[in-house]
Amino acid sequence: MKLTIKLFATFRQGRFDIAEREFAPGTTVGQIVDQLDLPREKLGILMVNSRHVQLERVMAEGETLAIFPLVGGG
Amino acid sequence: MDKIVRINMGAAGGPQVTTEPAGEFAGLGGRATTSMIIGKEVNPLCHALGAENKLVIAPGMLSGTSGAMSGRLSVGCKSPLTGTIKESNAGGQAAQVLGRIGYAAIIIEGKPAGDDLYKIHVSSAGVKVEVDNSLKLLDNYPLIEKLRGQYGDKVAYMSIGSAGERLMHAASIACTDPELRPTRHCGRGGVGAVMGSKRVKAIILDDSGCKQRAPHDPEAYRDANRKFVEGLRKHPVTGEGLPAYGTNVLTNVLNEAGGYPTRNFTSGVFEGGAKISGEAQAELETKRGGSATHGCHRGCVIQCSGIFNDKDGNYVSKQPEYETVWSHGGHCGIDDLDTIAKLDYMDDNIGVDTIEMGVTVGVAMTAGLCEFGDREGAIRLVEEVAKGTPLGRILGSGAGTTGKVFGVEKVPVVKNQALPAYDPRPIQGIGVTYATTPMGADHTAGYAIATNILKVGGDVDPLKPEGQVELSRNLQIATAAIDSTGMCLFIAFAIMDQPETFQALIDMLNAFYGTNLTADGVVALGKQVLSVERDFNQRAGFTKADDRLPRYFYTDPIAPHNQTFSVTDEDLDSVFTW
Ligand code: SF4
Repeated sequence: MKLTIKLFATFRQGRFDIAEREFAPGTTVGQIVDQLDLPREKLGILMVNSRHVQLERVMAEGETLAIFPLVGGG
Repeated sequence: MDKIVRINMGAAGGPQVTTEPAGEFAGLGGRATTSMIIGKEVNPLCHALGAENKLVIAPGMLSGTSGAMSGRLSVGCKSPLTGTIKESNAGGQAAQVLGRIGYAAIIIEGKPAGDDLYKIHVSSAGVKVEVDNSLKLLDNYPLIEKLRGQYGDKVAYMSIGSAGERLMHAASIACTDPELRPTRHCGRGGVGAVMGSKRVKAIILDDSGCKQRAPHDPEAYRDANRKFVEGLRKHPVTGEGLPAYGTNVLTNVLNEAGGYPTRNFTSGVFEGGAKISGEAQAELETKRGGSATHGCHRGCVIQCSGIFNDKDGNYVSKQPEYETVWSHGGHCGIDDLDTIAKLDYMDDNIGVDTIEMGVTVGVAMTAGLCEFGDREGAIRLVEEVAKGTPLGRILGSGAGTTGKVFGVEKVPVVKNQALPAYDPRPIQGIGVTYATTPMGADHTAGYAIATNILKVGGDVDPLKPEGQVELSRNLQIATAAIDSTGMCLFIAFAIMDQPETFQALIDMLNAFYGTNLTADGVVALGKQVLSVERDFNQRAGFTKADDRLPRYFYTDPIAPHNQTFSVTDEDLDSVFTW
């Protein structure tokens, strides 16, 4: 299945801002995080369709996953 | 910091300076000091620009010490914008310098007859108040340039621009940064107009010959400070994200979450968000020879700020923060960082709150004064404020007044203060803070974004009303306490997640003052500050009907979540039940 992955802040370094990638059906958010070599302890926010998701969330064809490291501001 | 200096600007025969012991305010600082003095000494029914109002300036409990992050300065008064009590704080050098000079507070009261303009010089030799009409209507950058010619670069300056002199309700008080730029503003609530009403143009803080404040137990203090700094460096937000991208890292976050108020709160997603994001901003700043990492005062180890240059490498402004990038950017449909940086400079120079000013421009756009997305139009509107034209005075009075004058129905204000950069419909927790804080709509008063969106300090679903009241209550209490310490609020990200870093802060307070404060004591201080503030507002005529969001947040859903604010009135009324 085709998914769009968006990375932000430090996660972009050495990777990409936004990319369309092919994944096996049933791939979870956690598997994508691991495939991209994103350190789990630095994970902040994971969002699909403007909603927070957990690592166990199974992705569906055509969805966009946004991955942020822990960030703050205000 | 064992004394308070009182300056009566309205004394017969000219301003009169008296010094008194700090008394019951000894050992307090920042917001606790300003709110308790205002609560005790100012008639809540007074006119905010009248002789009865007072402007209280207080360094934090740890300002002027060797402690990291301790340079927040609090300014308090009755607000001309909201009619409530007000505490507005800023970074910059002022708090450290004032702390070292040794004043727990400067109280400016009364009001001179006539239209002479004054400057106040504060040093260890005492306080001098002088007429200087050559400063009239100078804006902050040229004003500081001129004052530096006389007082040099080893002092800190606080000042108002033309907006403060013109008593505009959006007027701020500027504090200079380590490079003596007037970029750090006590922005919210029109505190600059109160300073203007007292005819005080500038305060020069000179700590020459003064030493750092000495802790009760120097060794324990050094030790606790070291642990505190370690904790800040270790946490990904304070050690990595904020230094690299500043607060504007939030543009992409809020946009992805559908909580980014776009075109005057009509959508939760801005299609131009990526172009004005913190990532884009940091890249541009670095490319142009500016800087994406800069501290607003010496002793800041997070360094969330930066320097924004133009394409030729010339200084435009300090790095506009997330709130400013939003208010002048997405809120107005503007997706250009150069325009936003120029507006940031103009706001700092004129001396207006960037949140209030940007939100006002967006309301003016709703009214049809120019189109959403019109960069030149936005600049023209702010130029009117700089010139003090009748239109400029309306805009400089803030979003609420501008909305009324131009017949705009949907104006995002609570207690007449503009909502900041988070929509309360998809982020219900921040809505509770906007509605109930004694300050009028203010995100910093109880930053529920941390837990609702960023998942720092816990996890509460932003889309549901459940848990939001408790969250906002706890954050408002903690914030009132932190605002009293002089610590920059951004330490909260680390102390919410790391108990040992919170303990290090408490240890710093105890080592400094020789006290036995516990976490419960910190909570008690926060509650005490909030109670004093709520009591002032009640006596000023505010009721629970004022602790509400504008009606349209309850009736008009916005994309992408298509939901309204759904925390009940009963729940809102229970925020301060403890
Ligand atoms: S983190 Fe930012 S706002 Fe806080 S003290 Fe440092 S530069 Fe100033």
